[in-house]
Amino acid sequence: MYATFDLDRPGDLAGALALLKAKGAVALAGGTNLIVDVRAGRENPRRVVSLDKLDSLRGIRQAGGKVAIGGRTTVTDLLRSPIIAKTAPALVESARQFAGQMVRNTATVAGNIACGSPAADLVPPLFALDAELTLASPRGQRTVPIASYFTGYKKDVRRPGELITRISWKAPPPRSRALFYKLARRKGDAITVVGVAVALDIERGICRRARIALGAVAPTVFRAREAEAMLEGQTLTPALIESAAKAAAAAARPIDDVRASAAYRRHGVHVLVRRLLGQAWEQLS
Amino acid sequence: MPKDRALALRVNGRTVEVEIPPHRTLLEALRDTGFVDVKRGCEKGDCGACAVLIDGVAVDACLTLAWTVEGRDIVTAAGLGTHENMHPLQKTFVEKGAIQCGYCTPGLIVAAQSLISMTPNPSEEDIRVGLSGNLCRCTGYAKVFEAVREAAAEVRNQRSRR
Ligand SMILES: Cc1cc2nc3c(=O)[nH]c(=O)nc-3n(C[C@H](O)[C@H](O)[C@H](O)COP(=O)(O)OP(=O)(O)OC[C@H]3O[C@@H](n4cnc5c(N)ncnc54)[C@H](O)[C@@H]3O)c2cc1C
Ligand code: FES
Ligand code: FES
Repeated sequence: MYATFDLDRPGDLAGALALLKAKGAVALAGGTNLIVDVRAGRENPRRVVSLDKLDSLRGIRQAGGKVAIGGRTTVTDLLRSPIIAKTAPALVESARQFAGQMVRNTATVAGNIACGSPAADLVPPLFALDAELTLASPRGQRTVPIASYFTGYKKDVRRPGELITRISWKAPPPRSRALFYKLARRKGDAITVVGVAVALDIERGICRRARIALGAVAPTVFRAREAEAMLEGQTLTPALIESAAKAAAAAARPIDDVRASAAYRRHGVHVLVRRLLGQAWEQLS
Repeated sequence: MPKDRALALRVNGRTVEVEIPPHRTLLEALRDTGFVDVKRGCEKGDCGACAVLIDGVAVDACLTLAWTVEGRDIVTAAGLGTHENMHPLQKTFVEKGAIQCGYCTPGLIVAAQSLISMTPNPSEEDIRVGLSGNLCRCTGYAKVFEAVREAAAEVRNQRSRR
């Protein structure tokens, strides 16, 4: 039998945060992880606080150079937004390949981050955007760069009862490209074997900013910083791209599992980083 | 121990009373009250057999707690049309032979309805992406895609005639 729990549906954020202070309380957004985990006996919440009435946490806005989305924004919302299409094409790509329609219609961006899976598909593109997370508790809110949010496998800096209310990033400059590739056993509704997001900003033929974020090949999503540093300040050549791809593959710490071997995953990082960097650079030149 | 509560759910245009504790899903609530066109498959979001429309958007009923959809508009595949006045998707699934055992059919029709309401003229790729959360062991999907394409065209025609 499944765990039983009490269920609340607060009408505003303050109400939700107050309820989440209780011991054994967890937030429920789309439920596409939580309900599955409860049914499998992996989670045993005493109290579930549903965020379904918090419409203020759902939405996508751009003001000046900054894009902000509410934590309860769904994967489908991302796919239907002209702002996301314009400022975060790699995020669109990952949203398209995310689960199936019904899951995309309910799964939220904050839920994807909070579940802490290294295979969470929206996370590498958000790393490549240098996104920031706003965390709220009854005591106030704080902002954490997504790159320093995860501390280990399913571990993060979020305190008990804190909610991710907002995810924001600077709209990229005109001369920039961001790409995402999901390698999985099939095209639809499959868990990622290797996820790669890259972003390049270019000024007068020089790479000013390079981001390489890798999913499903380490305990957390992470940036291949050494590889990024090799590219910044440089004009990209096939030889330089190959060295960076090698460095990214060396930085991965993949495991063997039912979906793929560690060796296959590492090879996948090498090939995909090389391919995406090459494509991004070519599209910019 | 959490208490049952009498919920009033609005399903296919009528109000249904159901006594159910907070950890129970919409799938359980619907099947317990006779909406057996909503199928119980994997109960973990993988198969799409339990898909229903909530305010016009397809969701997996097995991942939705019944309490959280009180006051929302719930529509199952059977609620889309009647025998006398079938929905274009119901008609084209039959005409194209997009049904074999039929277990996946209600979920596919619900997912397809949600898809064409958001994307009235879906490309082949849009249909693939839109139906990637529905598993069918029998048809091989080719007839299903044909049925969806044809129904989408029919819905567009009905709109332009109006
Ligand atoms: C069939 C299926 C296919 C899937 N495919 C994919 C896929 O292709 N790619 C992928 O990345 N994932 C996939 N998932 C996993 C899941 O859908 C995503 O991780 C989703 O984004 C989770 O969001 P949610 O809103 O459903 O979270 P929930 O299940 O509601 O919550 C998940 C966790 O996050 C916490 N949480 C929720 N909202 C907040 C918040 N605002 N602040 C803090 N904590 C919060 C909850 O307490 C819970 O611990 C799949 C799941 C299923 C069932
Ligand atoms: S029964 Fe709900 S998705 Fe399979
Ligand atoms: S017709 Fe049998 S599962 Fe689809």
